[in-house]
Amino acid sequence: MNSIDKELLIKMYMNMVKIRRFEEKANELFLNGEIPGFVHLYIGEEAIATGVMFNLNTDDYITSTHRGHGHTISKGAELKPMMAEIMGKKTGYCHGKGGSMHIADFKVGMLGANGVVGGGFAIATGAALAAKLRGSKQVAVCFFGDGASNRGTFHESLNMASAWRLPVIFVCENNQYASTTPYRTTTSVENIADRAIGYSIPGVVANGNDVFDVYEVAKAAVERAREGGGPTLIEAKTYRIKGHFVGDPEMYRTKEEVNEHFENDDPIKNFKSQVLRRGELTDEEMDDIDKRVADEIKEAVEYGRKSPYPEPEEIYDDLYV
Amino acid sequence: MREITFAEATLEAMAEEMERDPRVFVMGEDIARQGGIFGQFKGLPQKFGYDRVRDTPISETTIVGSGVGAALAGMRPVVDMHFVDFVGIAMDEIYNQMAKVRYMFGGQATVPVVLRAPDGITQSAAAQHSQSLEAWFLHVPGLKVVIPSNPADAKGLLKSAIRDDNPVLYFENKVLYRQKGPVPEDEYLTPIGQANVVKEGKDVTIVSYSITLQKCIEAAKRLEQEGINVEVIDLRTIVPMDKETIYNSVKKTKHLVIAHEAVKTGGVGAEIAAAVAEDVIEYLDGPIMRLGGKFTPIPFSPALEKIWPPSVEDIYSAVKQII
Ligand SMILES: Cc1ncc(C[n+]2csc(CCOP(=O)(O)OP(=O)(O)O)c2C)c(N)n1
Ligand SMILES: [Mg+2]
Repeated sequence: MNSIDKELLIKMYMNMVKIRRFEEKANELFLNGEIPGFVHLYIGEEAIATGVMFNLNTDDYITSTHRGHGHTISKGAELKPMMAEIMGKKTGYCHGKGGSMHIADFKVGMLGANGVVGGGFAIATGAALAAKLRGSKQVAVCFFGDGASNRGTFHESLNMASAWRLPVIFVCENNQYASTTPYRTTTSVENIADRAIGYSIPGVVANGNDVFDVYEVAKAAVERAREGGGPTLIEAKTYRIKGHFVGDPEMYRTKEEVNEHFENDDPIKNFKSQVLRRGELTDEEMDDIDKRVADEIKEAVEYGRKSPYPEPEEIYDDLYV
Repeated sequence: MREITFAEATLEAMAEEMERDPRVFVMGEDIARQGGIFGQFKGLPQKFGYDRVRDTPISETTIVGSGVGAALAGMRPVVDMHFVDFVGIAMDEIYNQMAKVRYMFGGQATVPVVLRAPDGITQSAAAQHSQSLEAWFLHVPGLKVVIPSNPADAKGLLKSAIRDDNPVLYFENKVLYRQKGPVPEDEYLTPIGQANVVKEGKDVTIVSYSITLQKCIEAAKRLEQEGINVEVIDLRTIVPMDKETIYNSVKKTKHLVIAHEAVKTGGVGAEIAAAVAEDVIEYLDGPIMRLGGKFTPIPFSPALEKIWPPSVEDIYSAVKQII
């Protein structure tokens, strides 16, 4: 753990709490009718985006999923335009055209959430190809779900990325479910990382609820990619604490199953107990971060609420350059 | 007559056909455990088992492609696309395989597969979950395309689609699912390829289908108050198209407006307008008006989403413009 100094610990904790509070707020605002559309929450999966992203630079690329708020925050996007976007406001990152499922911040290399499951594989592969052609040492990370690993684009992208030794890291967030479907009922392997062998690339399982484990596994993969070693497939095992989307009746699993995971394996609690035990951060330090995050969320909500909706004539903006 | 929802009507059609013919089975994402994201498959696995009502991986290409294969091998599969927006993932399986197998192999094979696909705008589902894509398939010889507007047709057309020995694409609007309408209790089929004159009139013909039909009826009511007598046609099937019903109406009213939610450019309305211009233009007393969605992806923000498709007002104004 000596590669993680105190400053980084603080950043990691802050990032995870930011995601958690943002998502709790999004949940509340959706139920209040202030956020339209579909909202898929990242609660319980915070350690994955956090652990991966602190290995990346601002000019590295990521592709995200329908469950993209956590990736967006971790890559360095600001909460105000994020909140405005998911509320459908003009001041949002996409001027209200995208919403939760299509949030993006290209300034920080966040190439987009995606409403199409498995839509990110090829885009991340292409971003890595661009980096390789330019010789820029940038890398691309593709986040995707266990369900998405069954799309044809998974196979085509991993093969091409490996054959061309592209600097791309495929990060599977295995949260056990693809909407209502337990992944084992539709997926041929116990570990999605096992599929790496078919592409002659490393396949590594990480504990997706332990930010330190994710950080170390991602660090090795990112270094390998930057040095020209080609892609890695990481499978971060986690559990989806909330419904597939806000409003999901969750008829396919029991409350007990969910509570057991949340009580015993919450990535934020896991972080706290580890740093307290090792004496790396104090409760006071973390409480202070909690307060700062709470203020930032509050400001983001106010900003979103105060922002205007787009004007009708903006409907044709940005179709072409 | 009893009233049931559009979703319930499709469910009855599935149950009746699965009961009647053991070769019928259905597969798609989240249809068995969840009963479909719109409840349109609820209870089917309890009745017919998880073998015949299958949750698939997120593998649209193979869901559709294996439906074609199973059909070639003697089954009568129904495959569900979750949202029509994902149909492009299986596009080759549709236009190069499903549509061509019979003709290309000289009539040796039949492909009795039904592809069901929920479509349309609803509650800011945004650019990749809101589209209406039926026009793409109008351009592909070998497919049939149906698109019901009410529960009774939803049931009758789905049953006909399952019994048809040709591949049939069945587009079902997400907003319609929850709407109720009269559905006969006795068994019936709605024939594929027949439009329905839902309201007779003598001054202008409005052709529409699916959810937009309701807006046309609304517009017609307003026009009636101003003494304009509107004939409204529900197309119900896009391929094969019932041109005769459209032509007979146009010959009578001499005015034609076509409205749908799908993008106007290159839409079904373009094909209807071209056919009418080709075959019966001499009857027309004014330009043909087409209404459809704007030429942009469907925006997320409710402020923009609501102005994207044609409104009742747009349909009303189009009629006023040509009369
Ligand atoms: C191509 C495609 N098929 C189906 C869907 C509908 N859908 C949205 S999310 C989802 C489940 C995705 O599961 P997974 O990849 O495990 O991601 P998770 O939601 O668990 O984060 C499905 C089936 C979609 N959006 N895109
Ligand atoms: Mg999943």
